[in-house]
Formats: sequence, C-alpha cells, structure tokens
Amino acid sequence: MTDAPATTPPESPPPAPAPRPHPRSVGRVEAPAARDLAAIARGEIREAMVHAEVGKEEPVVEVDAFSLFYGGYQALHDVSMRIPRGKITALIGPSGCGKTTLLRSVNRLNDLIDGVRTTGDMRLNGDSIYGRDVDVIELRKRMGMVFQKSNPFPMSIYENVVYALRIDGQRDRRVLDEVCERSLRAAALWDEVKDRLHESALSMSGGQQQRLCIARAVAAEPEVLLMDEPCSALDPIATQKIEELVESLVPHYSVLIVTHNMQQAARASDYTAYMVLGRLIEYGPTQSIFQNPKLPETEDYITGRFG
Amino acid sequence: MTQLAPAPSTLTPQPRPRQPRPSHQGGTLLAAGEPMVWLLAAGLGMAIAMISGLVALVVWNGAATFWPVPVVEVRTLDGSIHLGEVVRSDTYRPDEVVLQSIPEGDREAVRAAIEGEGGLASRRLLRTANFDLSGTHFTWVDDFSIAPGGESNPEWAVVVERLEWGRFVGVPLRGEQGGAVVAEGEEATWTWYEDHHAEARRLWRERRELKSDEMGALNRRIEEARLDLRRAELREQAPPEWVTAWTDLSRARAVHDESGIEASRSRLAAIEAAGFRPNERFLEAIEGYEAIERSTEGEFAALRGRIEDLDAQLAAEVMVLGTVDGQEQAIPLAEIVRAVPQNRLSWFGRLGVYLDRWMEFLLDDPRESNSEGGVYPAIFGTVAMTLIMTIAVVPFGVLAALYLREYAKAGPLISAVRIAVNNLAGVPSIVFGVFGLGFFCYVVGASIDQLLFSASLPNPTYGKGGLLWASLTLALLTLPVVIVATEEALAAVPRSMREGSYACGASKWQTIHRIVLPRALPGIMTGAILAMARGAGEVAPLMLVGAVKLAPELPIDGTLPFVHPERSFMHLGFHIYDLGFQSQNSEAAKPMVFTTTLLLITLVAMLNLMAIWIRARLRRRFAGSQF
Repeated sequence: MTDAPATTPPESPPPAPAPRPHPRSVGRVEAPAARDLAAIARGEIREAMVHAEVGKEEPVVEVDAFSLFYGGYQALHDVSMRIPRGKITALIGPSGCGKTTLLRSVNRLNDLIDGVRTTGDMRLNGDSIYGRDVDVIELRKRMGMVFQKSNPFPMSIYENVVYALRIDGQRDRRVLDEVCERSLRAAALWDEVKDRLHESALSMSGGQQQRLCIARAVAAEPEVLLMDEPCSALDPIATQKIEELVESLVPHYSVLIVTHNMQQAARASDYTAYMVLGRLIEYGPTQSIFQNPKLPETEDYITGRFG
Repeated sequence: MTQLAPAPSTLTPQPRPRQPRPSHQGGTLLAAGEPMVWLLAAGLGMAIAMISGLVALVVWNGAATFWPVPVVEVRTLDGSIHLGEVVRSDTYRPDEVVLQSIPEGDREAVRAAIEGEGGLASRRLLRTANFDLSGTHFTWVDDFSIAPGGESNPEWAVVVERLEWGRFVGVPLRGEQGGAVVAEGEEATWTWYEDHHAEARRLWRERRELKSDEMGALNRRIEEARLDLRRAELREQAPPEWVTAWTDLSRARAVHDESGIEASRSRLAAIEAAGFRPNERFLEAIEGYEAIERSTEGEFAALRGRIEDLDAQLAAEVMVLGTVDGQEQAIPLAEIVRAVPQNRLSWFGRLGVYLDRWMEFLLDDPRESNSEGGVYPAIFGTVAMTLIMTIAVVPFGVLAALYLREYAKAGPLISAVRIAVNNLAGVPSIVFGVFGLGFFCYVVGASIDQLLFSASLPNPTYGKGGLLWASLTLALLTLPVVIVATEEALAAVPRSMREGSYACGASKWQTIHRIVLPRALPGIMTGAILAMARGAGEVAPLMLVGAVKLAPELPIDGTLPFVHPERSFMHLGFHIYDLGFQSQNSEAAKPMVFTTTLLLITLVAMLNLMAIWIRARLRRRFAGSQF
C-alpha cells in the first residue's frame, strides 16, 4: 500500500456485511456510544472516542477535520487528532483503513498522486500544512520520513545521510561530517559503518539500510518524524533494534508511526490511535487503549477478533 | 479491503468431491511441453547459426585478402602463356564454343576427358595483372586447356603493387640508374631493388609532403588573401568590373604593357565616372592581395623547382621487369609500393607481407579508385561521425525523455508524441538523408554561409554535405532509440526512491538530478550504445549529406582552425558500397569489400565494447553487491 498508492488506490469499501452480534459486546452497555462498524461503513457520522489525556499534551501536529479523496473514493473521513510533541504516537488499524494515507498527508506526499483532493487542514507547530500559499518543499524540510521498505539512495552511506543538507546547498565539510556522525549515532549505526562511510549504501543488510533511512530522516533535525511500518520487511532481531532506536529518539523527536503489529504499538508507543475505514475510532494513551479500551470495536481489534 | 464479517457461506464452504486431474504421464504430448522446448530451441539455434554464418563468411573472406598466394605460370595448348596469382577456382560445364578454341589436334582428347568427368571442367582465375600491357587484370584458365607439363611456379615471379595501373606480375630483368644498367639478372636486380627501394620511397614521400603540405599552405595563403579582398569588395560594394579592371592594370604594369595600362586606366576612369570611388581601405586590401600574390610567386617557383629535382631523381632509378610473353616494362622504384616474390617466400615471409598489407590498409590513403591502398580516411570519418552523432543525440534524447516521463502530464497529446517518436524509428533512413540535405545543408548551412562565409560564395562552405550535417542527420535518425531507452530507464527507477527524496525536502529537479538520473544512467547508456550501433552502420542517408568516394583531407588536421566539421568525409559503409558497385576493377575490389566489411564490423564492435565498458563502470559505482 505504501509502495504504490498512486497506481492502486484502495478500492471502494465492500458492501457492508451484516452485523455479527458479538458475545461480549452484548453485555457492554456501559459503552457511551455503542458503535457498530456496519453503521460506519454505511456512512453514519460518529464522533471519535478521544481520551482526555491526549488533550493535555502539547501538540506538534494538529489534524483538523481532514478528509482525503482518491478521485471519487474517500480514503479519510473527517479525521481530527493532535499528535503530541516528544512522544511516540502509533496508528493502528486493519489494512486499507487509511493510516498510511493519513501519515503521508502530513508531509503532503499524496500531492504526487494524480486526482487527490483534500478538505480540512493540518498544522505543524501552528503553521498550516494545506494552506493556500504553503511551500510544500519548505514544509517537507521540517519533517523526516521513514518508509515501509528501506529506500537508501544509490550513493555512499555518507551521502545518503547528508542528502537533506546537500540539497539545501550545504558544502561545509565540517558541518556535513558532524551531522553525519550525529545522525548515524542517533540511528545506532555509527559503530557498524564508521569505517565504510564512503561505500555504497546498497551493500548494507536490510536492517542496516532501514536504520540508515532513519539516520537520513533525522539528519535535518525534523520537527516530526513520520514512520510508515518501518519494520514490516525486517526480521525480529532487526525489528527489535529499530524499536529500541525509535524509543531512544523521544523526547528529542516527535514520532508518528504506522504499524501493523499490535505488539509493537503496545510496546513502543506512548499514544495509540485506532482507525477503521478512513475514520478515527479511538485515540488515547497506549496503555488504556490496549488494556482498557472504551469501545468494543477497539477491543475486538486488539484482541484479534477482527482485522 | 478488510473483510469485516465474512459471510457464513464463504466461511464454511460446501465440501466438493475431489475430481482427479489427468496425470502428467497420461496427458498429451503438448501438455508435457516437450515440442515447445524443441521449437523454441530451434528458433534460437537458427538465429545463432545465421549470425555465426555471417560473421564466419566475412571473417574468412576478409582475412584472406592480403595473404600472398603462389604465382603460377601456365602454357595452354594453343600456345598462349599466362603468369599470375591464383585468385579462385570453380567447375563449370563447357560448351562447344569453348572447345572450338582448343587446337584441332587436341580437341577430341579434351572432349573425351571432359565427358569422363561427367561434362564438368575445372578452371582457375589468374590475376595476370599488367593492365597497361594486356588491357586486362584477370584471366580464366581452363585446366583442360593447359599443355602437358605446361604449369610451373617460377621462382622469380614478382608481384609488384604500384601507384598506377594496378599490379604487375613479371620477372626482374635489370636495374637502371639514369639510363645505365647497374644490376642484371634476377637475383642481382632483386638485391639492388631491396637496397634502393626504401630510399626511393622516402624521397617519394618527401615529394608528396612538399606537394600537399607546403604547396597547400601557399595556396591557402593566396586563398585567404583573395577572400580578404572579396570581403573588402563586398563591404565597399565595389562593382566587379572595377576590380577586374584594377587587376588587369596591375598585371599590365608588371609586364610593362603600355597599351594594356592605357586600356585598363580608361576602364577604371569610366567606372569611377559612373559614381564609384574606392576609398583608402579598399585600395589597401587590393594592394595587400597583390603583395601576397607577388611574394608567393617566388616561393611557388622555388617549390616547383624542388619538386622537379625530386621528380628527376625519382625517375632515374628504374627496375625493368619482363612479362611472361617476353615484353619489358620499366617501373620507377618510387612508384613501387611493394614488390613481393611470392613463390620464394617462406611461411613467415608470407606472414610478414600479410601484416604489412594490413598495416597499409589501416593506415594509408586509398589509391587506384579505392580498390588498393588503405582506408584510413574512412576509418577516421566513421569514428568521428559516430562520436559526434553520439554527443549530439544523447543529451538531446535524454532531455526529451526526461520531459516526457517526469514532467509532462499523461494525456492524449503525450501519447501522440510517444507514438510519433516510436514511429520515427521505423522511417526509412534515406528519408532522414533527404531531410538532412534539405534542412541542414540547404537551409541551415546556406544561412551560415550567407552570414559568415559570404566572401567565398558561390562556393558553399556549410551549404553542402559535410561531417557535421551527416552527424546531425544520424543523430535525428537515432533519437527515438535514445528516447525510448531513456524513458524505460527512468520508469524503472523505483517510486520509493523518488518519494524518499521528496520526503527529504528535495524539489523535483533535485530529485531527478541527484537520484533518478544516476540510477537511470546505465539504462541511458544502453540507449546510447544502441544508437551508436545503429548510426555507425547506416549508409543510405550519408550519401546525401556528406559521405564521398574520396576525401583526402581529414576533418581534423593541422590547418587552422584544426577542426573542419564542414568537410566531406569518407565512411567505411559507403566505401563498401563504392568498392562493390562503383569499382572499374570489380574482380580486384571484391575481396576488398569483405576486408572493409570485416573492418567495419570490428570498428562498430569496438565502439560498442567501449560504451559497454563505461556502462559497467557506472553500474559498479551506483549499485553495490546487494547480498
């Protein structure tokens, strides 16, 4: 999905299946708004369940009634959420629920796709992202992004890390060297590659390549770091390394991470947002989402009954 | 999309009785796939057989051309006698007319012999040469017409390659210097020849340099001065009659022809009365031209004297050879490129002659209307044209492909452009030649002439076929190849890489320039290689835009401005055509066709190998070992 959303925008949602009564949800009358997914699929508008703790955090990115259309298909429905500064926020949800689309909307990568239309706005530290006269390139310079599949550039490790500075015209060797070392250290890669900085980045292992991409993303001191399932193509050991790395990045960086792996979200994030069918369903501190979700749909998903 | 709640029917599928599928062994032959494998392999095998057959034919024929073959002397039944190199042999079915040429006494025996062979007879083609004496280069000799014991390999038969009249085959009789015999007998003459030939050739080369270089430099100076004068004339808008009258006046003055001076003066006066008055600058230009004409006159005379001296010296040393039928021919040593006693040579001697002939072929100018000598100007022209074409087409095609693939919005217009580009690759190449002639030569070239070379008009400088126009025409011809290959290379750059670059805050151009282009470079090089291969082998359009039969002046030489892209040039492909179809001595030109083809193939292969090597280096730079 992340690789080529342009060519295969998610197909229209399937006809809503008949609601299946859930044995546990029947008894849960204390849920303030018993949501049922079929109703959402039919297009009924529901308020997202946002826990109060989220509102207490200072936001780095604010999403404000944001909707996104791939041509005629609406991929995001009126999403509003605040991404806290200095924390790790995980986006979870079944495939095609729009979490990657939401992530890519933050740095406007979806602009590259023909026929994409948006309503609503986002703000990065108070500055509009979708405003009329926003310079998209300047905007992207304030963010870093790590993709599902590692995508080192066909150049040396060193040049990969300092790429963002190179395109800004930075030529001072001292600055570049310093940024390269700092970023590689931040990505826990320095000790492994310090002797072969000028070899091709493509000669590294898969896990190293992904950490190199993280180093590249943090090289320009981004205000927010966007991660799109960064471990989905890695083995458990490399995954663990990346998770530890991401945890070490806060509170210096703010991280918004899309993940398919619920254990990962539970382990490595401070806040978790659960999305279905392009809508934000529940959003709150990771602990309460996983241990005490307020909505039965969320519980179904995190317990593996659905999705 | 996520299946929110699978319908019960799909959740519990009805069990279906398992249908046994037909087993592999029991299936048809087609199901096993064997016939298809054979068919495909046969297709590939035929392709390989055809290609290797073509290469083998060209290599065999081309490589054999310069090998010294034995010289045979044959005496036929009717008493005629031939001496020559055996070029080839075949069998044919002789008819009655052929038999009539056999003397009556032997006819029946010959007829019986032929019928014994089933009506077939073998014959050999002898390169008897000596065109200046016999009027023919080659003679067919029937094996049945040879008198008993009439065939031999005379030890002292020498094949002489000379500057004019083609080869000469004969026996060295004596050496003469200034009319006096200095060596007599075969062996002594040969020794004398070997002692003196190198020196004679050195003098001959000196004479050639005098004639081409120094004489040429003088001529160029006069031509320059004439052009300066003409420029002044155009600038001052002088009537041409005035200039001719002025020139006549100065000529008449030089020879003190009083009546001529008077006549010219009155003509000048008449024109000046009509309104034209030469100003100072114009008179200076005229005087400058005349000064140069006067000063070069002396140099010309001196040069001519030196050349005449050399000519006399060169004509003095002569080797007299006797033909097999008793005639004598004196050949100046200077005119002998190479004399080879082919029957006396050991195998290594033959190898030496073979290599020497190859060197001449590769490094010398052609002579005898291209059927002898070398093809150096053609090699130079081919390489220069191919390189200029590549330099012109690659940036042009890459820019076009970049716009098409990266910037243009997909739509009917872009599809139409893409289809048009692809169709351009299928247009017959001669059409490009016509376009090159009509546009580059007659429009662009003529405009350049008008603007910059108006003094030398009506002689065109750029307004005719030349190296530059030929290269640009072929660049147009190969443009689709580059565009298509580049587009494919750009499309093959993964989307994730572009997105990674955009996410770093790179602009579109920065992404293209730093990520997409380096990554696509090997693919672009592949396009350039294909374009080079196509362009180097193309002949038809070149005939219209600058390839000529003989162009002794290379497009790059020591004369200012050193590079002359407007000059006509020789091309190996056109040279092959010229040898094969335009040569007067077609039998002698035939092996040269193969040799030149071999050379062209080798040259194209070498150009391609060079580009492939560059591509391999680029690949290593941009892609490490992945695993």
